[in-house]
Amino acid sequence: MIRRGKVFKYGDNIDTDVIIPARYLNTSDPMELAKHCMEDIDVDFYKKVNKNDIIVGGKNFGCGSSREHAPISIKATGTSCVIAKSFARIFYRNSFNIGLPILECEEASTKIDNGDEIEVDFDTGEIKNITKEETYKAEPLPEFMQKIIEKGGLVEYIKG
Amino acid sequence: MGMTMTQKILADHAGVDKVRPGQFIEADLDMVLGNDITTPVAIKEFKKMGADRVFDKGKISIVPDHFTPNKDIKTAEQCKCVREFAYKEDIDNYFEVGEMGIEHALLPEKGLVVAGDVVIGADSHTCTYGALGAFSTGVGSTDMAAGMAKGKCWFKVPSAIKFVLSGKPQKWVSGKDIILHIIGMIGVDGALYKSMEFVGDGIKHLSIDDRFSMANMAIEAGGKNGIFIVDDITKEYIKEHSKRKYKTYSPDEDAEYEKVYQIDLSTIRPTVSFPHLPENTHTIDNIEDIKIDQVVIGSCTNGRISDLREAAKVMKGKKVYKGVRTIIFPATQKIYLQALKEGLIETFIKAGAVVSTPTCGPCLGGHMGILAKEERAIATTNRNFVGRMGHPESEVYLSSPAVAAASAITGEITSPEDI
Ligand code: SF4
Repeated sequence: MIRRGKVFKYGDNIDTDVIIPARYLNTSDPMELAKHCMEDIDVDFYKKVNKNDIIVGGKNFGCGSSREHAPISIKATGTSCVIAKSFARIFYRNSFNIGLPILECEEASTKIDNGDEIEVDFDTGEIKNITKEETYKAEPLPEFMQKIIEKGGLVEYIKG
Repeated sequence: MGMTMTQKILADHAGVDKVRPGQFIEADLDMVLGNDITTPVAIKEFKKMGADRVFDKGKISIVPDHFTPNKDIKTAEQCKCVREFAYKEDIDNYFEVGEMGIEHALLPEKGLVVAGDVVIGADSHTCTYGALGAFSTGVGSTDMAAGMAKGKCWFKVPSAIKFVLSGKPQKWVSGKDIILHIIGMIGVDGALYKSMEFVGDGIKHLSIDDRFSMANMAIEAGGKNGIFIVDDITKEYIKEHSKRKYKTYSPDEDAEYEKVYQIDLSTIRPTVSFPHLPENTHTIDNIEDIKIDQVVIGSCTNGRISDLREAAKVMKGKKVYKGVRTIIFPATQKIYLQALKEGLIETFIKAGAVVSTPTCGPCLGGHMGILAKEERAIATTNRNFVGRMGHPESEVYLSSPAVAAASAITGEITSPEDI
């Protein structure tokens, strides 16, 4: 599975309250949530992002609450993948469970800049920076997580 | 190589003799928890899974506490969805407005969690029950759905950091100050994916409420769980609140810890976290001239009876500073009633504070005390992220109930020693 898109780059400790502020949690409709994704640090994110674009963060991405609404809102914006130095653990679980692929890669997180065009290969963990003509290697995913992603989430995975 | 407390509990619940860090296991669950924000999503997933019944109606707790009593039509619809599900599935531990409280104060109080349990909750502060020697951790709604359907959950076995506590805390230093101190020391990702295990003879000076506050904020250090070794104080609490059998686990002598911190509790000072991360800590001695607009005392971190007693001790016979909105929300109905009996509520009202029904309310910027642009609050809650209590340009400072109460009196961040 390969995805290619433009990068939206953010810093360390991007928490779930900025990914989707609690004031919008009176709904669980993915498209409604998508409209407010990243709003408190990047007001126009929803307007700017195109299908298959990629978010790159620093360390501890997704820290804070257990709201699955956070990865759901990111996925619903059309974002195809999140790359970060490290992820908060509940966000990590939730992303897999809802079928949003995420990759940990320190080098990619440091070297990729906002607006770069990149291509991610989930099977090999290889991240190509088309703009900069560089390649980074992420930790490959544990096998059962790849299966969950392939199926589109834990629910589909459990259904078999 | 031996196992940590957490690893032993997980091994037992996965039906194996031994686990090692990094291993993926599937463990049996003793309790599955959800609230009014996360449960509606879980119900949708539960239905999509094709599950027809919950695995055990006695091992599920549903507590609508975030936007209750409902603040608008949409939240009322969410709660209605949760209520209908709870009735249809005949969930034993569904708590309606009037009997509910903030979930993490309510479950231990109702005796629903005991030492040795494995608990998942679709709320990040589910780690609170580590105070009782249980393994408990926050998950998302899909995990909650799978848990309700199967009574099982997948885990990656965590490695651990050990905190050896010694000494006796000074007056006005509570569990909250200790955990803020620790987060300041190791950072908001200092325990990422790991267990935080608290041992040592300093623990005997920590009340069970202090321990709840500390385990509660393990997530603010990135921890998977925070857990205390079980002692007489824990056993007494469990005996008083639950009829369930419990099991205690201690770490093996040769258990491997990634790091060991020795902490002398007698050296810790009242501590405050500055915006916008819990790791931005300062001791009260280094804080000057921070004026505040609002004080919030409550939440799953510090809305328990001992927290209200501390606040009342500071506020008794005093008036809150003119213009400082002081909002106090007891964490459960039982705590509210106890505070009423002890005259604490009267102390608060006479001082010019408002007292709210149990709810998460202002803690997550939900309702009952939202901040406007450029306003500043000191709160006994657990998160001070951008926009957490309202406008993205507002600020939240985190502290103990004693510091928050003292600040309410003077209108700026103040030590209770100065009142
Ligand atoms: S009181 Fe705050 S932190 Fe605790 S469960 Fe409620 S919203 Fe979450």
